[in-house]
Amino acid sequence: MSENIIEVKHLQTQFTRDNKKTVVLDNVSFHIKKGEVLGLVGESGCGKSVTSLSIMRLFKDTTGEITNGEIKYKGTNLLSISESSMRGIRGKEISMIFQEPMTSLNPVMKIGEQLMESIRLHLGYSDKQAKEHAISMLTKVGIPRPQEIISEYPHQLSGGMRQRIMIAMAMSCRPNLLIADEPTTALDVTIQAQILDVMKQLQAEEHMSMLLITHDLGVVAEMCNRVVVMYAGRVVEEASVYDLFDDPKHPYTKGLIGSVPKLGQKRSRLDSVPGNVPNPNQMPKGCKFAPRCKEVMPVCWEEEPTITATGSERFCRCWLYREESRDAHV
Amino acid sequence: MEAVKEVSQISLVSEEKKRSRMSEFWTKWKKQKTAFWAGFFIIFLLLVAVFGPILAPYDPYEPDYDAILQTPSQAHWAGTDEYGRDILSRIIVGAGISLSVSFTSVLVGAVIGTILGLCSGYYGGWLDRLIMRSSDVMFAFPDLLLAIAIVAILGPGLTNVVVAVAVFSIPSFARLIRGNTLAAKEAVFVEAARSMGARSSRIIFRHIFPETVSSMIVFFSLRIGTSILAASSLSFLGLGAKPESPDWGAMLSMGRDYLDTAPHVVMIPGLVIFLSVLAFNLVGDGLRDIMDPKTKN
Repeated sequence: MSENIIEVKHLQTQFTRDNKKTVVLDNVSFHIKKGEVLGLVGESGCGKSVTSLSIMRLFKDTTGEITNGEIKYKGTNLLSISESSMRGIRGKEISMIFQEPMTSLNPVMKIGEQLMESIRLHLGYSDKQAKEHAISMLTKVGIPRPQEIISEYPHQLSGGMRQRIMIAMAMSCRPNLLIADEPTTALDVTIQAQILDVMKQLQAEEHMSMLLITHDLGVVAEMCNRVVVMYAGRVVEEASVYDLFDDPKHPYTKGLIGSVPKLGQKRSRLDSVPGNVPNPNQMPKGCKFAPRCKEVMPVCWEEEPTITATGSERFCRCWLYREESRDAHV
Repeated sequence: MEAVKEVSQISLVSEEKKRSRMSEFWTKWKKQKTAFWAGFFIIFLLLVAVFGPILAPYDPYEPDYDAILQTPSQAHWAGTDEYGRDILSRIIVGAGISLSVSFTSVLVGAVIGTILGLCSGYYGGWLDRLIMRSSDVMFAFPDLLLAIAIVAILGPGLTNVVVAVAVFSIPSFARLIRGNTLAAKEAVFVEAARSMGARSSRIIFRHIFPETVSSMIVFFSLRIGTSILAASSLSFLGLGAKPESPDWGAMLSMGRDYLDTAPHVVMIPGLVIFLSVLAFNLVGDGLRDIMDPKTKN
């Protein structure tokens, strides 16, 4: 088994509002191996993006703070290093692609300058080398006429092209881990497929690890090796992508997969998981999914289940599987 | 790689979008009729200020006791003052003094105010509170009163007028830029820059500062008008330029004794001050209409 690039253990993140502390991530643990693509799925508000921000420690100007746990990148705990060492990791070791390509580029800076900014910063290249490197990165992500594009402004490009630029920027210092926070959500379906192709190809070429945050199960099936399903700030299921789609364990995962329309399905309404993610301030006492669960049992209302191994490399946080295997997974 | 190349065949930049920002600005600027002409007046004023000593028909300091308090005539287009000095020449040379005093003071105020505003908005916390509360204290004084107090402490003279006017420009700039910074630092591209490992100073000056430039330019031009007025007022009160110098405010001050016998000695410098302030304000308004993101279409 290859080494783990990143290991997140018992991560707890909270936000403060009106002097009230709200725990948004609770006891989140997962790891990503070298060259692996890990999908992080869940509906809006379940803590996917907060997880990525926690890894990057990008909580400046927010009330967010990591209160517990550790994030080990190649053995060093990112939570205990200084802000300036963290700056050296951001963009070089771990980089990030944001959801909104329309707003994640500075509108008043030329494409080339923005690309070269981090190249010069992290790789210490001269202006000429940085420019060449920027052009080669743009070519890699399939940007036409890269020589001209570098002296153009973001508003002159379409959303798909801008997302390619963001990918080029994130990949320019050959990071070991790429965090892609819903990289294709803002794009239309055909462009989505192209962007995913580019990402998949670059990922394979560089043998880079990737954390792909999405709520699109189609994207997960196409891109990921393993999947972590989150619900209300907790990991509820972890499985390889085949196991997850073949045999989802947690009722929430079953609901998510069931809500994807199937070919030949003759129904006027799609299946859905009824209800919403509970407000973090008013969490139910027992299992956080109990109010929406189809298979809810009395015990679910009383006590929250711990995450348990249900097979090799498979974990699930549900009372249904406690009889099968009693060993708690840490 | 094949798939990627195929996609790249689609050209995504339309020619229309390539039009430069400058030409776009110029098209919009021409539509702002009043500001457009006020702009010409300012350019004219600037040229006069630069080439004043060459343009002036008479020596602005040379008294001519044979021609005191003359009304406008062929020889003296704007008449003469109580020492027989040519008023037109004095106004032409005085343009240099008035404009340089107001430009320098607003520039100094803008630079300091912008830096304070950027830091205040970006870092927040105690620094923000300190800078903003100090500005509030400054705002509590009427502008001119504050300037008079500063000159009273530092002593009269044009340099101190510059300092005084600059000081009372700082809080307005700081507040304006802080507001823009607060908005700009929430932008995703700022977070993206941070995720690429950029340091705070770089984020402030490369990513946030350019977002604040357009409102700064607008405010700068409006502020020049105010400061011409303030500098003239200080000179009028005898706190700025020396009475014999051809500063517009000083000329008003000297001429006020002859208001009933030779009103042109006061009226002409007064009119010039009025027109200059008006021109800068009109240009500022015009620029705001073009650059304000809220009115952009």
